Amino acid sequence: MEWELDKNRPICPQLCELLCVQIANGELKPNQRLKSVRELALLAGVNPNTVQKSFEQLERQGLIYSVRGTGWFVGETTEKAKETVNEIIRKKTAEYLDEMRKLGLDTPTAKKYIEEWDTDE
Amino acid sequence: MSELLRCENLTKDYGGFRALNGINLSLESGKIVGLLGPNGSGKTTMIKILNGLLTPTAGKIYINGHEPGVETKKIVAYLPDNIYLGTWMSVKQIVDLFTDFYADFRPDLAYDMLGRLGISAEVKLKTLSKGNKEKVCLILVMARNALLYVLDEPIAGVDPATRDYVISTIINNYNPQASVLISTHLISDIEQVLDEVIFINNGNIVLQKTVDEIREENGKSVDELFREVFRW
Repeated sequence: MEWELDKNRPICPQLCELLCVQIANGELKPNQRLKSVRELALLAGVNPNTVQKSFEQLERQGLIYSVRGTGWFVGETTEKAKETVNEIIRKKTAEYLDEMRKLGLDTPTAKKYIEEWDTDE
Repeated sequence: MSELLRCENLTKDYGGFRALNGINLSLESGKIVGLLGPNGSGKTTMIKILNGLLTPTAGKIYINGHEPGVETKKIVAYLPDNIYLGTWMSVKQIVDLFTDFYADFRPDLAYDMLGRLGISAEVKLKTLSKGNKEKVCLILVMARNALLYVLDEPIAGVDPATRDYVISTIINNYNPQASVLISTHLISDIEQVLDEVIFINNGNIVLQKTVDEIREENGKSVDELFREVFRW
C-alpha cells in the first residue's frame, strides 16, 4: 500500500480516505488490528497527531473501533466503508464531468471518450 | 495539553536594527511546530533568546512557566544551526559528556540510534562526513527526555536520505508531553510532519495555523502559501 498524499489537500481526510479504501477492498479485514499511530505516522511520513485524528474520525463514522490499551481495529462489517468509498467515487466522477463540461463536452460525449479509452494509453 | 512556551511582546534590537518586533506567541505540549521564515526574518534570534544565549531588549519569554535559565536548560533540548562539539572528541566521549551534563539524557537510546546508523562509539567526530556529524548532533538532542526540542535548521544542507532520517527520528521520538519546534526554510520536505506552522517575517509573526487549516482554507500546500506570502 502506498501512502501517496496530495500536497495541496489537508492530510487528515486523505489518511481517512486511504484507510477507508483499504477496508472496503479487503486489504484490511474486519476486526483486524490496525498499525499503531506511530507506525502509521512513520510509514506515511506524517504527524502522529494527524494519524490519531484520522483514527478518531473513522471511529466516529463507525469504520474502526478502539480497545483501551490495545489499539485500533477494523469494524465488524465493511458495508459502511464501501458506502463511503462509493460516495468518494461519485464525487470524483461529478468533478470529472464538470471539468469536461468546461471543455465543452456533454456527459454522453465524455462517456464516449471513456469507452474509447485505450488502457495502454 | 498545557502551555509550554509563551512570548509576550518579545523584542530584540541589534543596535538600530530590530530583529524581533514585539512577538506574542503561545505553544502547547504535544505538538510538532514549524518556525518558518526567509533568511534574516528572526528565527534564529528567537531560538537563541529561548535558549538563554541572547537577552531580549524588551518583553518576556516563558518556557513551562520559567524565564530562560538553569531551570529551562533542564527541559529544553537545543540543536544549534552549526556543529558546536569538539571534533577531536570520540562519539563515546561526547555521549559521556552529555550523560554528565543532562540528567534527562539516555545514553542507551543514543547508542541504539548510533548503532542503527553504523556509527561506532570509538570513532572521532572529525573523521565523520558532514551528514553523519549532523546525525550525531541530532541523536544527542533527541536522546534527551526533554519537554521542548528546539531544532534550528536540522535539514538544511543534508542529502534527501539524511532528511528522511531526520524526519523519521522526529516522528519516532514523538511524545505527547513534549513539543518540537523546528526552524527551516525547506518547507515542502517537512510540512507533512508538522501540526502547526508559524510564519515569521521582519521580526513579526504573520501567521500561526495548523497545516490542515492552511491547506483547507487556501487549497494549497504550506510551501506554496509561503512562496506567495514571501514573494519579492
